[in-house]
Amino acid sequence: MAATFPAEQSRAEEKMHSTASGGGPSQRTRRLPWADAAFSLLAHGAAWLTLALLAGIIVSLVIGAWPAIAEYGLSFLWRSEWDPVQNKYGGLVMIYGTLATSFIALLIAVPVSFGIALFLTELAPSWLRRPLGVAIELLAAVPSIVYGMWGLLVFGPILATYVQQPLQRLVGDTPVLGSLVSGAPVGIGILSAGIILAIMVIPFIASVMRDVFETTPALLKESAYGLGSTTWEVVWKVVLPYTKSGVIGAIMLGLGRALGETMAVTFVIGNFNQLNSLSLFEAANSITSALANEFAEASPGLHQASLIYLGLVLFFITFVVLVLSRFLLSRLKRNEGART
Amino acid sequence: MSLFRSLTLLAAVSLTAGASTAQDVTGAGASFPAPLYSKWADAYNKAVGAKINYQSVGSSAGLRQIRGKTVDFGASDIPLSDADLAKDNLVQFPTVMGGVVPVINLKGITPGQIRLNGQLLGDIYLGKITKWSDPALAALNPGVLLPDTTIAVVRRADGSGTTFIFTNYLSKVNADWKGKVGEGAAVNWPTGAGGKGNEGVAAFVQRLPNSIGYVEYSYAKANKMAHVLLRNSAGSFVAPDDATFKAAAAGAAWDKTFFQILTEQPGKDAWPITGATFIVMQKTQDKPAQAAASLKFFDWAFSNGDKMAVDLEYVSLPDTVETLVRRSWAEIKDGAGKPIAFK
Repeated sequence: MAATFPAEQSRAEEKMHSTASGGGPSQRTRRLPWADAAFSLLAHGAAWLTLALLAGIIVSLVIGAWPAIAEYGLSFLWRSEWDPVQNKYGGLVMIYGTLATSFIALLIAVPVSFGIALFLTELAPSWLRRPLGVAIELLAAVPSIVYGMWGLLVFGPILATYVQQPLQRLVGDTPVLGSLVSGAPVGIGILSAGIILAIMVIPFIASVMRDVFETTPALLKESAYGLGSTTWEVVWKVVLPYTKSGVIGAIMLGLGRALGETMAVTFVIGNFNQLNSLSLFEAANSITSALANEFAEASPGLHQASLIYLGLVLFFITFVVLVLSRFLLSRLKRNEGART
Repeated sequence: MSLFRSLTLLAAVSLTAGASTAQDVTGAGASFPAPLYSKWADAYNKAVGAKINYQSVGSSAGLRQIRGKTVDFGASDIPLSDADLAKDNLVQFPTVMGGVVPVINLKGITPGQIRLNGQLLGDIYLGKITKWSDPALAALNPGVLLPDTTIAVVRRADGSGTTFIFTNYLSKVNADWKGKVGEGAAVNWPTGAGGKGNEGVAAFVQRLPNSIGYVEYSYAKANKMAHVLLRNSAGSFVAPDDATFKAAAAGAAWDKTFFQILTEQPGKDAWPITGATFIVMQKTQDKPAQAAASLKFFDWAFSNGDKMAVDLEYVSLPDTVETLVRRSWAEIKDGAGKPIAFK
């Protein structure tokens, strides 16, 4: 360090500012001339490996599902029959169940999570923020089977006794609404699965939302407050526009979890492979639940292939969700700075 | 398909290859006998020293593995027909029996108080009888006050040997069931909520008032659930227990073939929904030592394992059947065509 040229010294000082370590940088880089290449190879390799894995999954799913694809083609998607005895399969019931439960879950989880995040970042007294935030993150660590058992043994009966039966008495005879609440009052079905899923995804969405809300510069918020905005106006017109991509990311994270959740759904959805009514209280089935239940005992051939086909469909649904969220983000970005 | 199979094959081969030192034997299949096989394996290990690894993966997966020769024996709750056995060059033999028991949850009803027959049980599961107060049910149960409530039907969500035995019985006794639904490890249920596993169905029935479900006998007994009396083919109403399961096995022609589904068997005391569980092995063995070790284990289990079976609420085979099974092992041969010596 003592006898270096001025230019080199300044570079060394720059380095010291950033890393605060001793020793000349020139000596270091030349000790392992191949290290850069090796690191670059590793980093590239890791990226390509991910892609190769993805391709491998798709290829093996398609190969596994091929007998069913060859037999039904795309009509698998709207056939509602699932009959292992007659060896006839269609995925509509499970696809509908997966989409409907995830939709209900988001319908409940997004506003609630938004409220939680808003409260934690803007309204809560500072002594409450940390314990409450940790408590919500802890909810995310509860194993899904616990939610499932709770849903079956505790929540289901409550839903049947205090929600479904009063609703049936209230609107049971109305044409459309009545059919939405029909069915034996057992407390399992699309709605219970959706609500359980909502409870499961709320911690994910809420904690990510809180984290992104906190990234809003205090300068922006304080300026808005200074102009006389209410808390709601600050959140709705300053925080949310500033963090919209993070918020959408949070919702998509929750949706991804809801689409893929298996154990909790299996417990409360009823695993019923027929589409007899649109009732929210009717037992139904989801893709993951059907896979978990039937795969071990599926006879080789069309039954197994149809289950793998369902897996492929789920893969595709997740992919579409991802693409949609990217599309939404790019639309939002383009409108950035426009007057609203 | 072939990729899938070869992958599972690869995984299983690498598993067995690592553990095949001191004549360790690997089996896989049905979950119904898994607790018993594990207990037998544990006791056998203590008594003899050899290790038996049993993987409870389901009957279909067990059959897949034995066809792929990735395990030394497969286990299935659903017997293979003689034609299927011949096609794949396999042999099968029964090990223990169990019964499937319809259980109900009705306020004030004690075990054995409700009588059912196959026709009515089928109609309930078809969704044709929806109320407990149905005249047909009342006619069979004079003096029992049946509530005017909807029957909550519970059945298995997962494919299982229990479901196979149950639907096989319904197909035999209810023509409508046979035409509309049929029999299988998983069927297209016309109604009802599905629970995962025997424990799932038991939990559902215990939680839902006015429900009916079906579980393995051991689950009904362990959870003290209210079983029904069923009318058997001789016309008498029987309760599920060891004696009625054994009576069902006694009527079967085991000396002709082991392909016996013990539902709706003749006999005054026979429980109509009884089934045996089976072991499936390759008829021609690439690894005679492994086969010999497997047979030695089952030979030991037949001689010493009855008490353990009874403790776990299984029903051991009648002695005559065990003798027939031991005799049948002469069919299992090594590559040179010599019977496997297992003593």
